[in-house]
Amino acid sequence: MSNEIEAIKDPGLPAHVHRRADTDPKAAKKAERQVAILFLLSALGTVTLIGSYIFIPQDVFFYFPVLGNTNAHQLFLGLGMAASLFFIGMGAIHWAKTLMPDEEVIIQRHEFRSPDEDRAEFIKTVKEGAAAAGLGRRSLIKRSLGLSLGLVGLSPLILLGDLGPLPGDELSKTSWKAGTRLVTDPGDRPIRAEDLEVGAVAQTLPEIEPGAHRALSDIGKDAVLLIRLRPEEFNLDAERLSWTYEGIIAFSKICSHMGCAVALYEQQTKHLLCPCHQSTFDVTRAAKVIFGPSARPLPQLAITVDSEGYLVAQSPFNEPVGPSFWERSS
Amino acid sequence: MTAREKIAGSVANYVDERTGAAKWMKKNLTKVFPDHWSFLLGEIALYSFVILLLSGTFLTFWFDPSQREVIYEGAYAPLEGLKMSAAYASTLHISFEVRGGLLMRQIHHWAALIFMAAIVVHLMRVYFTGAFRKPREFNWIIGVGLLTLGIVEGFLGYSLPDDLLSGTGIRIAEAIIQALPLVGSYLAFFAFGGAFPGEAFIPRIYTVHVLLLPGAFLALITVHLMLVWYQKHTQYPGPGRTEKNVVGYPLMPVYMAKAGGFFFIVFGVTAFLGAVASINPIWLYGPYTPGQISAGSQPDWYMGWLDGLVRMSPPLESHFFGHTVSWNILIPGLIVPGILFTGMALYPFIESWITGDKREHHLLDRPRNVPNRTALGVMSLTFMLVALINGGNDIIATTFDLTINQIMWFSRIGILILPPLAFVITKRLCLSLQRADRDLVLHGRETGRLVMMEHGEFVEVHEPISAEKAWLLTQHEQNPALALEESDLRGVRRPGVLKNKLRARMSKAHAVAVPKATAADLKEIEHH
Repeated sequence: MSNEIEAIKDPGLPAHVHRRADTDPKAAKKAERQVAILFLLSALGTVTLIGSYIFIPQDVFFYFPVLGNTNAHQLFLGLGMAASLFFIGMGAIHWAKTLMPDEEVIIQRHEFRSPDEDRAEFIKTVKEGAAAAGLGRRSLIKRSLGLSLGLVGLSPLILLGDLGPLPGDELSKTSWKAGTRLVTDPGDRPIRAEDLEVGAVAQTLPEIEPGAHRALSDIGKDAVLLIRLRPEEFNLDAERLSWTYEGIIAFSKICSHMGCAVALYEQQTKHLLCPCHQSTFDVTRAAKVIFGPSARPLPQLAITVDSEGYLVAQSPFNEPVGPSFWERSS
Repeated sequence: MTAREKIAGSVANYVDERTGAAKWMKKNLTKVFPDHWSFLLGEIALYSFVILLLSGTFLTFWFDPSQREVIYEGAYAPLEGLKMSAAYASTLHISFEVRGGLLMRQIHHWAALIFMAAIVVHLMRVYFTGAFRKPREFNWIIGVGLLTLGIVEGFLGYSLPDDLLSGTGIRIAEAIIQALPLVGSYLAFFAFGGAFPGEAFIPRIYTVHVLLLPGAFLALITVHLMLVWYQKHTQYPGPGRTEKNVVGYPLMPVYMAKAGGFFFIVFGVTAFLGAVASINPIWLYGPYTPGQISAGSQPDWYMGWLDGLVRMSPPLESHFFGHTVSWNILIPGLIVPGILFTGMALYPFIESWITGDKREHHLLDRPRNVPNRTALGVMSLTFMLVALINGGNDIIATTFDLTINQIMWFSRIGILILPPLAFVITKRLCLSLQRADRDLVLHGRETGRLVMMEHGEFVEVHEPISAEKAWLLTQHEQNPALALEESDLRGVRRPGVLKNKLRARMSKAHAVAVPKATAADLKEIEHH
């Protein structure tokens, strides 16, 4: 390098400056006392911890500024523990900084590259080893070993097969059938149209036999939101309008983007919003996506009432609910 | 010889006669480490990991990793009688009935946040100072691996309590798996043991969280540290520091006391946070059920950028031949993060290809002296920051009285425009700082003292800087760009012309610099 010759010179390591504790025994004594005080503070912390564990009941709360309503047991336990640890550290570092040698030491680095003769010998060893095993000559062994090693990798994959069932049509179907009653969640009460006022929203599930177990996996597909508008507020085609009942419209509550519960309904704008990624659906236009990352409207459940006046499904969902997957056709 | 020395001597003798450790110990106990505050960042990550192991072990004694449905009958009255998983109920038990349980839970969660933050800041330190250069490329890759595993481990950890918030996160993870072309629904059913949520994932992610990943962490951290040890630590440039030496303090006793003490400080601070700062109050969220959610759902911060990318994605989905591909999930959830992390892992090799520099480096760069690298780093951080901001768009919207739409559009446009802008600005700033360094060496420090000359002119007195400072500002190399001929001596075009052209261009951009001050420059000025 041309400018390397005329570069500014390295003045070398600056002269060492002694600390007060290095030269003044009084200062050293003082530093020693400071270190000891820090260690004693740690001991005090442990005493606090033990005391809090034994003497402070777990259900005592008190108001502490900034923290708000605070559990005394957990606060003092924690503060004691924090102090017991923190001051050991402070003591050790203060000790190192004031009393242990602070003169900088220089050691040399060595290049990582091995000397040429070592490298040559290494290559020779590998070559000789490979030749001794006859890996190059015995191609039958080489190939059969390759085959068996390749196949052996399959066994863990095979053995993990029982991790889960195959999806089948599980992702495409829900518990809703023609005539299934919509019941409140929670409460499991069937709903009449007049139970819902205009502007109201209700979370519902399909009715199950009394006492039957409702699996979370079912709720994850079956959850349906009911929203009641004035019928003239809809902007739907004839078919979709026939899926509503007296202004009540039903959508899958499981977001068509990533499956979160679409739980936020804004009454003024009649928009449904998913709190996870803010996909926004227009209720008046069959949950059309008007904002956010979702690419599909929420599936609409066709509803009507049965002979007793309770809301029921006209038919199952006509498309899979929830997030997209490879086998989904639309 | 005192009695104590005698005992120590005989213990050392006993061990050495059986292991021959004395030679190794003698060498390594006096090993020298350079001193700088930024070298503590990796230490914080290491210590947080130890804290995570300790507090995590405590939690396993009471945590019941099961989705078995139970009726809650514990100390927390508002959830009395509710159906929930045993995992959630046992987390409530730890929080309200086990003495010190809530403290440990909060220490564990805070330690995880600090662990990830320390890894990220440590990574920034290593990147911006060029510590990843030869011979430390392996350790860089291990570091990227640790960062990636840390994100996964953290996510699994906060999913274990099976509360409403974490269940929502798992639901999103399931949707990402399900979105994979061809195998998505199969993988999702295998992972969850059937349809989401099923009853298998808590026990499964528990095994991964407390056994598989901690095992991987231990192995990787061990190799990471062994390499640091063996290759010796890098050092910042300065007087007396060269590529061939290490200037610092010996392990015994200074670093044992300092590093050991620092562990206790990190633990103490984490315990303090666990004592006073409530984190993840799962009892407020309620048990998970797929039909419910709380507004303002937020992941932990190290996942926030990923969530932000997903939120800002345009609604793209392709349908063909009866199949669906969700670009709105695949691009932000897998493709973009995949490109970012692969690029990050390969960066040491990319840079050495651009500069053609195959030498060992042990002296760190000052970030301003490598403008291209620094600018690229700031560009990446800007990208992440915009994504992170968008990950909290709902919180920001309610806090600052904005609409989500405004923030979303800011992010969608900003993520394309702001990173390149950050690149240009950073590069300019670096060059300006180089110019300032040059001026400082040549003209000295402004003293603020004004002197009136005989003819009435005011001038400010400049004071020459110390030889140490002048060395620091001029010690760096300024290498010319690679000269890659397009054709050989006979005028025949070389193979791979396009690749060479790209390389030459990048090399040129990389070599842009303000010429550093030289002794000759100084002399010339003195003559004036």
